[in-house]
This record gives sequence, C-alpha cells and structure tokens, in this order.
Amino acid sequence: MSKTIKLKRGFDIKLVGKAEAKIASIAQPEVFAVKPLDFVGMQRPKVTVQAGDKVKAGTPILFDKKMDQVQYTAPVSGEIVEIRRGLKRRLEEIVIKADQEMQYEEFASYSAGELAKLSKEDAQAAMTKSGVWPQLVQRPYGVVANPDVAPRDIFVSGFDSSPLAPDYDFIFQGEEKYLQAGVDVLNKFTKNNVYVSLNGNAANKAMKSLKNVNFNSFTGKHPAGNVGVQIHHLAPVSGQHDVVWTINPYGLIQIGKLFLEGKYDAAKVVAVTGSEVKAPQYVKTYMGASIKPYVAKKLKEENVRYISGSVLTGTRIKEDGFLGYYDHSFTVIPEGNEQELFGWIMPGENKLSFQRALGLFGWVNPNKEYRLNSNQRGELRAFVQSGVLEKVVPMDLYPVHLLKAILAQDFENMEALGIYEVVEEDLALCEFVDVSKHKVQAIIREGLDLLQYS
Amino acid sequence: MKFLQKKLHEIKPHFEKGGKYEKFYYPFEAIETFLFSPADTVPNKGAHIRDAIDLKRLMSTVIVAMLPCLLFGMYNAGFQHYKAIGQDAEFMEMFLLGARLTMPIVVVAYAAGLGVEFIFSIVRKHPVNEGYLVSGMLIPLIMPVTIPLWQVALASIFAVLIGKEVFGGTGMNVLNVALTARAFLYFAYPTDISGEVWTYFGDAAAVDGYSGATALAVAASSTGDVVQSLGSAFSFENLFYGFVPGSIGETSALACILGALLLIFTGTGSGKIMIASVLGALGMGFLFNVWGATPFMEMPAHYHLVLGGFMFGVVFMATDPVTASHTEKGKWIYGILIGVLTVIIRVINPAYPEGIMLAILIMNVFAPLIDHYIIQANKNRRLRRATV
Repeated sequence: MSKTIKLKRGFDIKLVGKAEAKIASIAQPEVFAVKPLDFVGMQRPKVTVQAGDKVKAGTPILFDKKMDQVQYTAPVSGEIVEIRRGLKRRLEEIVIKADQEMQYEEFASYSAGELAKLSKEDAQAAMTKSGVWPQLVQRPYGVVANPDVAPRDIFVSGFDSSPLAPDYDFIFQGEEKYLQAGVDVLNKFTKNNVYVSLNGNAANKAMKSLKNVNFNSFTGKHPAGNVGVQIHHLAPVSGQHDVVWTINPYGLIQIGKLFLEGKYDAAKVVAVTGSEVKAPQYVKTYMGASIKPYVAKKLKEENVRYISGSVLTGTRIKEDGFLGYYDHSFTVIPEGNEQELFGWIMPGENKLSFQRALGLFGWVNPNKEYRLNSNQRGELRAFVQSGVLEKVVPMDLYPVHLLKAILAQDFENMEALGIYEVVEEDLALCEFVDVSKHKVQAIIREGLDLLQYS
Repeated sequence: MKFLQKKLHEIKPHFEKGGKYEKFYYPFEAIETFLFSPADTVPNKGAHIRDAIDLKRLMSTVIVAMLPCLLFGMYNAGFQHYKAIGQDAEFMEMFLLGARLTMPIVVVAYAAGLGVEFIFSIVRKHPVNEGYLVSGMLIPLIMPVTIPLWQVALASIFAVLIGKEVFGGTGMNVLNVALTARAFLYFAYPTDISGEVWTYFGDAAAVDGYSGATALAVAASSTGDVVQSLGSAFSFENLFYGFVPGSIGETSALACILGALLLIFTGTGSGKIMIASVLGALGMGFLFNVWGATPFMEMPAHYHLVLGGFMFGVVFMATDPVTASHTEKGKWIYGILIGVLTVIIRVINPAYPEGIMLAILIMNVFAPLIDHYIIQANKNRRLRRATV
C-alpha cells in the first residue's frame, strides 16, 4: 500500500559548501567521544569507566540510572583519557584515545536465515547491551526508546532534506544487507509496520529493495525528509500513550551488523560541509569523531562556528569538538558576531529570506547558494506576523498557537494543538523564518519537558 | 561611522546593568540597534542561521507602501485649498502647501506616540517595539488636514497607552492602534473630525457655492439618484484618483492600490483580507441594490470601494497582522465581514457617514473568536484521529 505524498509547504535553504560525492583520505582523529548530552531525556547519566581504562568498541561506558537496562558503549577501542564535566559537574564528554587497530567486543552472530528464529527478547538483550539501542528514538518526546514499551509502528526516513544534508544514496551505498537485517530485527518489536519513506525525486539506491517494510514516497521541500512530518501523513501520533519509534537508516545498519557480524560497528561516513570548508566532501570515520583533523588548516576563514549536524538543528562544538551520536555531518559557517550599519534595511548578497520585504532579493534568483552566518539578524520581539510559520510546516498544525500555549504553560492546549506530533527538528524552519526571532526549538523542548516530567 | 560605532561602544556600559543610566537601557538599545544591527549570534543549539528579515525591515516595508498615499495626500491638501478659495496654483505650490500642513501632524504623531513607547520601555523594562513606526504614519493619514495638533498628540498618546501598552505592547493589542486614535477623536471631539473640516482655508475665504462635504456625506443625504447628486466633482474617476476632500491619506483609491500591490508582493499585508473585504463590500452593496429602500441603497455597489476611507482602511488597517484574524481561513471571514459591515454602517446608520473605521474595530474584537473556532476545528480533527 504505497503512497506518494506531495508536500507543498516548506523551504529549501540553499547554502554554499555542499559535500562533493567522494571520500577524502584524511587520517583518523586521535580521539573520539561519547556525549551524554546527545541523548535527549537522559536524566541521570552514570559513567562506569575511569580515565586510564582500556575499552573495546562496544564496551559499556555509560548508562542512565532512570533506564538502566540500556547501555551506551564506546564507539572505538582504546583508552579512556578524560571524563569532562561542565558547570555543576554536568557530564559532558567521555573522551577515548583510539587504538591503531580496532578491537571489538564479541556478541552472538547469526546468518541471515537464522535471524527469523531469533526471539524478540534475545534481540532486545543484545541491542541494549551492545550500544545500538539508543539509535531507537521514541515519539512522543523524541527521547531514547524505552525497551519496556512496545511501539505501535516504527518509522524510518530514507532521505535527509535539510540544508547541506548528506546524500543517503552515497553514505549508505553497499549496506543493503545490513539495512535488511536491521529491518528484520525491528519487525520483531512491532505488530504493525516498519515504515520506510523514500525520496520521490531520487534513486533511493540503498533503500528501495528492502523487504518487509511499508514503503511510501515523499516529494517537496524541506522538511519533507523529517520523519516527524512523514509520521504525521502516514499514521500520526495521537496522544501521550501512542508510542512509535523512529530510527535513522544508519541505526538499521548498526543493528544489522550487530546480528550478522556480532560486533558493535560505529564506522560511519560523515559529510564535512559548510561555506567555510575549502573542499567539502565526505570522510570515513567512526561515531563521536573529533572534528579537528577535518578542519585544521582546511578552512577559508578564522572567525567560524563549528556545528555537529545541520545548520538548522545541530549543536555548536569547539574546534576540537566531537560528532554527535545522531549526526551525519560537520558544518562550518561564518560566525556573525559583527555589527552592521543600518543592517535592518541594507540589502546584501548574503542575506536570505523566506519573505520578500524591502531590500531582500532572494526571490530574484531562487537557486542562488548563500553563505549565511550565525548572526541572529534582528532582535527578539512578540509574535507579530501571522500565517508565515505555517508555510514552512507541512502538517495540519498551528505552530504559533502551539508555541504560545507552551510559553503560557497551558498543558491542555499544548496537547490539543499537537505537541506530541513534533520534536524540535520539525519546527526548525520556523526558527529560521520567524521575524520575531523566537527560539522555537528550545520552546518546543521546554513544552515536551513540561509534559514529560511534571 | 567607525567613530560612531566606537563611541556607542564606549558609552554602552553606562546603560547596562549597574551603570549610571541603567534605567535608560532600552531607549539606548533602540537607538543603537537602529544605527547598527546587533552582533548577537544565535545560541549553541537550534537553528544556527536566521532569515534576514526582522521587525524593523517588515515595518519599514509597510511605511514605504504608505508613501504613495502620503505624497498624494500632501498634493491633495493643497489642491483642495486652492480649489476652495478659487485660485489657480502650480503643482508644486499645491504640493508644498500640503506638505507644510501635513508634516507637523506626522511629526507630532510620531513624537507623542514614541514618547509614550520610550517611557514604557523604561518603566516596564521591555525593548522599544517597531510597531509604532507604522501606527505613527497611519494616524496622520486618517486625520483631516485641519486637525489641531494638540488633538493629534492626545489621540496618539491615548491610542498607544490604552490601545496597546496596557495590553503589553505591540503584538498583544486587541484593537488597531491608529483606528483607536481616530475613534478617540471621533467621540471626544466630533466637531473637529466630522462635518466640513476637510479643507484648509488659511486666511482666505471659500468661494461662493463651495461645499466642503465629503462624497460620503453627499451620498448619505441624497434624496434622488445618488450618482447624480455626487455630480461631476465626485465622479467615479475623481473618487478613484482621489481629487476629493477627505482625510489626508485616504482619498485616493489608486494610491492605496499601489500600496496594496507592494504589501501583497512582499507578503507583508494579507492579500486575502483585502480581496475578502472588497468582495464583502460589493456583495453587501448588491444586496442593498436589490432591496432599494432608500436612494443610498440604490447607489451602484462599486462606488462603495472608492468612497471615503474604504480602500485605505482595507489595505493598511484591516491587514494589521496583530489585530486581524491569525488563521488563513479566518482571514476570509474577517475580511468579508469588514466589507459587509462597512456598507451596512454607511447605508443604514444615520449618525456615522463613514463605516470602515467602526467595521474594522468591531472585527478586531471578533477576530479572536473567529480564530477560536478555526483552531477548535483543528483540535477536533486531532481528537477524532485519536479515538478512531
């Protein structure tokens, strides 16, 4: 029962610095890290290793005391060199110095035929122990899935539509076998469907031959590739107790490798993108890689912002920071920490707008690629404009009213207006286009936290 | 400019927390950000790039859209003066006289309103919002050119204070600020804003037979065929171009349409509301044509579009994003009802010849109700999905 869903609303932000489809030969970083802050909803992280300990890829190093059956494991083998804490001793990074030769923890392996006989319980035990489990993200709330709650459906988005997004056809090529194994394992967890959404305008090489999945295609501008938007159009989350899981194709590959090869393999193809990177391309590394070797002496400018993830949803990192657990790209953009004379009215070649107000000429040449910086471009104001945020949210949802309900801590209205259907990334474009410069994603998280924890 | 930037940077600490002029931080910030857009960068998590539009740019777009009305209004003020006293004058003479009469009203409206805004920014510790830049231009455009300046000041202060700041400032107000100012004068000093106040005479006297009445007043008091009573002075063409007495900016439908085109093209004003209002007025006009109980009812419906301040109100005030309906479906309902109510008030109500002001104010009050039902429908759809 395959559908093609055409989304009309949305906005493609075209930026300079898309990664060229080739793997650069750059030496592996010396250090890697696991960052507990990547895991939304991790409440009481507990480290189980100390500086100096030796670990293998797949050795547990961290867990959440509130959900202690799920282990978070080392992506590479080596030595724990530092456990970094921030203000109030908040656990920030567990840094591992990688071995030259990778060593793996051993898990039970199966042939593709044997997977059918694997029980759900055994699969769950292996997944929670090995470190692949956090790839499963639960909706509502967008937190690491709770193994005790069975999901109604499982959703996979087969493409990324965000600005400078990595091309899934490229980064997942040759992984078909593992993708299929991942799907087969996940099918044990749900009585209903594993949905895989394809890009209606692309080849979908890696994904299109999958079996035992419910295929649908989406066309349209960003956020058409967001799994939240796809869920809304396929089988929406209807309330607090209507739990579904989402997983990136990379998670399927990791699960597949765990069961077919008996190891936790954190190898990953990562895009190094952004207008400030001299030669944007892909690199082959591991989860939690340090950005350092990929940007050192490889940038056009000095005053830059390093981001793990996309420009719309990523996290700012330092020049020697690490790749986030769920991220597939490093992005480097100019830091916009400079005043501009009459900047509120001046036109400029690096000013992109969804709208067409005075001095904004984006509409003249819609295919132009921009070099946008991190300036806020205005000051925080009350909501004034109406009808604009809706144009970048291809869902039956009123973003401004939802945001106002959250700001007012109006629980009933938050629920009624559909907060369970969204996480930050689904309204990330609202944050970009909002003329009043609200921190939309932070507000959404605040609302989700209110509902989840109070 | 580097010098100015440096100077501002030097004195800024005085205005920040703990500084000598801490209280004046927000007025200082307003001026600083007007000169130099801030160097603020976005937080470490979330969207790292932002759209180049901000409220200052948005509001200046609306002001530019009002320029045709302002410029034509200046010219027309002079034109009406020389016509009334029966003198010939050059184009520039008329324009300059109009400009001389209009500019003080603009300056007073801005000074009074912004004064209140700045005081509130100090007392309530909130940033000065750009909303008044538009209101401060709208207020003069809906005043007669003969209005005493103190009334302009009083009305602007009242509108900002009671119309906006008591609700929490721009974005929170229920009523359109400029219309609140006009409504205030309308009920507080009716003799200065209604009747035959539209023409400036100066020291000269009107020529014999000159009537300063507006087309609406003529139409409302007509006992025979309205189009005939309007005569050649108020021909459809004249009304469309705007060579008639009236408030400074409202007479020319053409200038309003130019502004409307810019607003619609830039997406700053809702084309939906404008079109819906026009359809509403035409529809109601046709209904009255069919009913035909009074001569005014029989006036061709399209005259309603060019009479009085209909076009100006629909283009610049009905579309105020804060006080209009916030939902797209709601905008249709809101717009249509503005058109319908305007014509009803004009034709049926004996006391107020102009209907657009009250129609918009009434619909400002009802806009949240319209939105409520549309949002409720969205909630119900979601609920139905949950229970199926």
